[in-house]
Amino acid sequence: MDNDSKDINRLADHLFRHESGKMVAVLVKIFGTENLQIAEDVVQDTLMKALETWQQNGLPENPAAWLYRVAKNKAIDIIRRNKFSVQYDFSDSERILLQSEYTLNVVMDTLWTAEQVNDDLLQMMFACCHPEIPEESQIALILKTLCGFSTAEIAKSFLSNDDTIAKRIYRAKEFFRLRKLRPEFPGVSEISGRINAVLKTIYLIFNEGYNATHADTLIRKDLLDQAIYLTGLLCGNQHTQLPEVYAAMALMHFHAARIDSRIGTDGDIILLSSQDRIKWNTSMISEGNEYLNKAATGDRLTSYHIEAAIAYEHCIALKFEDTNWERILFYYNLLENLHPSAIVSLNRLMVLFKLYGSAYVINEIASAPDTAGWEKNYLYHSLLGEIYAPSDKAAAIGHYMQAQTMTQSAAEKKLLSNKILALG
Amino acid sequence: MKEYLFLFRGGDNRDMETTTDAGQAQMQKWMEWMGGLAAQGKLGPAQPLEKSGKLVKGRDKIVTDGPYMEGKEMVGGYLICKAANLDEAIELSKNCPILDAESGIVEIREIQELKR
Repeated sequence: MDNDSKDINRLADHLFRHESGKMVAVLVKIFGTENLQIAEDVVQDTLMKALETWQQNGLPENPAAWLYRVAKNKAIDIIRRNKFSVQYDFSDSERILLQSEYTLNVVMDTLWTAEQVNDDLLQMMFACCHPEIPEESQIALILKTLCGFSTAEIAKSFLSNDDTIAKRIYRAKEFFRLRKLRPEFPGVSEISGRINAVLKTIYLIFNEGYNATHADTLIRKDLLDQAIYLTGLLCGNQHTQLPEVYAAMALMHFHAARIDSRIGTDGDIILLSSQDRIKWNTSMISEGNEYLNKAATGDRLTSYHIEAAIAYEHCIALKFEDTNWERILFYYNLLENLHPSAIVSLNRLMVLFKLYGSAYVINEIASAPDTAGWEKNYLYHSLLGEIYAPSDKAAAIGHYMQAQTMTQSAAEKKLLSNKILALG
Repeated sequence: MKEYLFLFRGGDNRDMETTTDAGQAQMQKWMEWMGGLAAQGKLGPAQPLEKSGKLVKGRDKIVTDGPYMEGKEMVGGYLICKAANLDEAIELSKNCPILDAESGIVEIREIQELKR
């Protein structure tokens, strides 16, 4: 393959990730969620045709518009082929206008305008995060239909296998098929509950990219990129630009700004204390800060607000020693009040350790009513390792080894091995 | 609510063309009229008809070519719409783009309901 076609492939790859979801969303509006498969097939055909044509003739002036035009014409073909097999139903006026030769072309043109396309994508996001679809299926579905990931890429992202992912997607599609769900923005009374589900799914995608559960840097960056892209769309739409959306966007910016210093060239994790802060992306941090300012409206304080504030504290510390642990502790206390969970209290313990040392934390653990939630998390054992490292090497190694058995991430395992070696 | 069949006769017999400005404008008019019916939940299926056709006639089933009458009175398409009564159906038909031409006719026929 020559360089030109390689360039085209790379460009196409990036473009396809963003555009395929939009096209699926528009096509779902045309064919209904029950025909999601048809929508995906049209998009696949369109992308194939794009690759073929572009490799021969070079990129068109406006590649996205080119894709939309081809997808639109394919959709018109499909409607024309199926036209007369459709029963008529006065209640579905959109469908009727699409199925009449008098109006088909005009309706089609209005469906593919940029503004409309973005709305459709967001509405489809709400459909994918329908409360009756299991969370794990929501994630797989969003990555597959809206982010243009292949089943294999999703399986790789979530350390699962193709079969499992395919089944999750299949179940979600069955739900659509049976319910004929119509993608739409939730009403004002519903939106804050529904947006939570959407943000949660996006944030899980982000975390999968942020945490080094797999070594493939490209996939990781893609996951981060997609999560920020989708949240950006939510920030830009009047139906969805809520304080918690801005807060989540800020949080993701503060984390993503530091990703390059967090992972070494060999995929190793570099701890916050030894990260090269020069590598932090300052423009991304200030962008994040702008989002955080926008998030400071209304009376709702969400966990995204607090987590963003914590991440911001880390971002503004020029050296690790400058970290304002008191303020971070204050935020963790807030977070624990708002959403008590094992992972929050565990993170709080780590801050207490930084602030007051091992004796304090041991005491804190001893007086905790229940440590079962912590025991299940490798971070707890890793923290115990650090607590005991100066005083009791054998105990520390034991804890590190215990932690190793509890993480699936090769990079985490290696980090723990290094800690054990340092003690030896 | 009753259902009415609109038969479009005569009028501007150009097909729905996407290539010319006049065609585009014409399509836009159909969209406005039918979109209005759809918004009121009164629109059923509607399609233009091909120009060529056949006639099959009588017991001998003699097949002849169309068109069957003068071109300007030929049925060019149909639309089914819901209306409370014939008067409403007449009102609803008045914005049909077929009537932009002097020769355009909308023939309105109530569709019989099944007798219970």
